[in-house]
Amino acid sequence: MADTPQIDERIKEISPLRRALIRPELGGIVGTFAVFTLFALFAFDSGMFNSQGVMNWSIVSAQFMIIAVGACLLMIAGEFDLSVGSMIGFAGMMIAVFGVVLAWPMWIAIIITFAICCALGALNGWIVVRTGLPSFIVTLAFLFILRGFTIYIPQTIERKTIIGGIRDAAEGDWLAPIFGGKIGQPIFQWLGDIGVIGVFERGTRAGQPVVDGIPMLIIWAIVLIIFGHILLTRTRFGNWIFASGGDAEAARNSGVPVNKVKILMFMFTAFCATVLAVCQVMEFGSAGADRGLLKEFEAIIAVVIGGALLTGGYGSVIGAALGALIFGVVQQGLFFAGVESSLFRVFLGVILLFAVILNTYIRRIITGER
Amino acid sequence: MSASQNATPPIIQMKDIEKHFGSVIALAGVSVDVFAGECHCLLGDNGAGKSTFIKTMSGVHKPTAGEIIFEGKPLDFADPRDAITAGIATVHQHLAMIPLMSVSRNFFMGNEPVKKVAGLTFFDHDYANRVTMEEMRKMGINLRGPDQAVGTLSGGERQTVAIARAVHFGAKVLILDEPTSALGVRQTSNVLATIDKVRKQGIAVVFITHNVRHALAVGDRFTVLNRGKTLGTAKRGEITPEELQDLMAGGQELAQLEGSLGGTV
Ligand SMILES: Nc1ncnc2c1ncn2[C@@H]1O[C@H](COP(=O)(O)OP(=O)(O)OP(=O)(O)O)[C@@H](O)[C@H]1O
Ligand SMILES: [Mg+2]
Repeated sequence: MADTPQIDERIKEISPLRRALIRPELGGIVGTFAVFTLFALFAFDSGMFNSQGVMNWSIVSAQFMIIAVGACLLMIAGEFDLSVGSMIGFAGMMIAVFGVVLAWPMWIAIIITFAICCALGALNGWIVVRTGLPSFIVTLAFLFILRGFTIYIPQTIERKTIIGGIRDAAEGDWLAPIFGGKIGQPIFQWLGDIGVIGVFERGTRAGQPVVDGIPMLIIWAIVLIIFGHILLTRTRFGNWIFASGGDAEAARNSGVPVNKVKILMFMFTAFCATVLAVCQVMEFGSAGADRGLLKEFEAIIAVVIGGALLTGGYGSVIGAALGALIFGVVQQGLFFAGVESSLFRVFLGVILLFAVILNTYIRRIITGER
Repeated sequence: MSASQNATPPIIQMKDIEKHFGSVIALAGVSVDVFAGECHCLLGDNGAGKSTFIKTMSGVHKPTAGEIIFEGKPLDFADPRDAITAGIATVHQHLAMIPLMSVSRNFFMGNEPVKKVAGLTFFDHDYANRVTMEEMRKMGINLRGPDQAVGTLSGGERQTVAIARAVHFGAKVLILDEPTSALGVRQTSNVLATIDKVRKQGIAVVFITHNVRHALAVGDRFTVLNRGKTLGTAKRGEITPEELQDLMAGGQELAQLEGSLGGTV
């Protein structure tokens, strides 16, 4: 790399390996293989790979994926959002307040919650681009502000920090099943009937398959990943996202509306957090003031494992999704394998460190820095 | 040629442009007329305000005072996008290239070509890649591929990408802020030839350089800036190279260099 290539015959030495190495997804792909191989070897009989087990880690991975997509696009645009976790708690609480306490129709509660959260995302972004402060600080403030409100509001009106009754309130609603429902039940019934997946042997659900459908949470994850990936790689806006994070000043001079891009990405991150929040409250039937704790860091770690640079301008939605998958599989896999769950955090820390070191190395290759 | 040009109105009229950055007065009232089909050279010492001046032309800075008339109408660019849409493309001194992005993504940054698929608008990568390779070849650079990251290019190659991009988008006005500062002999003469070519196509060129020979090689008009003020504009033939050099700081050194350079560009 000492002298940069200028004509054709001087660039032959680029090896395919090196070429593959500069794809941002590489770390995610290798990691995914490694994780699956490891668990297949050491925990195959733990139930992790039967239908229930697969559904179990798929749901956990999907939760990570939903917030990772937002965090990924925002990080590529050059910013962070540390308020994601608090936003999840806050959004869930808003659903409960509107839908249960105020007893509004659930679809109205959901739509208003989305509007409020996206507006808060826009406020985050607006403050960041207006003041020029690091998004780290601005969103750290929102981490506390939103969490504070999430505890204060139910305390004040209900004298408790968990509001239940959401499932009853959502009964018969048209919008709620888009977040809390399941699809593909007939297929799973059929799979159960022909014996591909297990069925309940006893009890009220005897004869029904143990996994009776794909939760909408997983559908949301897949849709958001596809949307994010296409947006980033195939559209003009995607180019603006890369440019805004790569060098905001250069992008501005070339006519990229950097501030708009950044604010929209903050809104999208808030949107993703709200999707997860609504799916969660529909599943649990309650909103808790401590929901989403530490999720912002998990999202950022998934994105970094997926090959994105913390400095912005480089990354991949597919990579982030694989990072989230690794997360979900390891977290649940350790549980299935009977490993002490606190070790998951050790794993997180170690893999984060590795990912960041690998990414820095890759960055040097791409930019030709030494 | 110069006689007829007085009849046609200037494509851009910069009238008493002032630009203050806080307490710094970068421009203290500069007036310049730029004509279509001409190369207007901006010369001056470091910090004279050349870059600041062309940035008010390309929509990056709003002038603190003064007026810009573009094609007879007062112009009020909100941002560089408006300028590019109007056909004013700029090669900035600091290039506006993003190292982590590919050459073709950089080339079309802010002006991405699009295609419609099923009613949705997508970035037309095929077109972008093809045009990028073509335009770079025209400038004398063979790229490894359009997906090569700009960070892996040499300084001169980067500069060439920026110039090729501006030439591609500069439908009416092409602004070049020290475009040849990092270029080799072949690329430099390429750039000067390109300036000459686009000028003949009727495009107005604003060319900033510290090199008097480069300026004299292609310039039709010469404006020297000094500490945020203009020392006036001279037409080609109205000023001798020696006078021009004297107006610019560092004329002494350049004169010596000229001797050793001989007749080359
Ligand atoms: N964004 C800014 N904020 C504050 N001062 C600025 C800014 N941009 C330029 N200046 C000041 O304005 C003056 C003119 O700068 P400018 O970049 O226009 O000079 P120049 O003629 O292009 O010089 P060079 O030949 O070195 O490129 C300088 O004194 C510079 O410090
Ligand atoms: Mg300058």
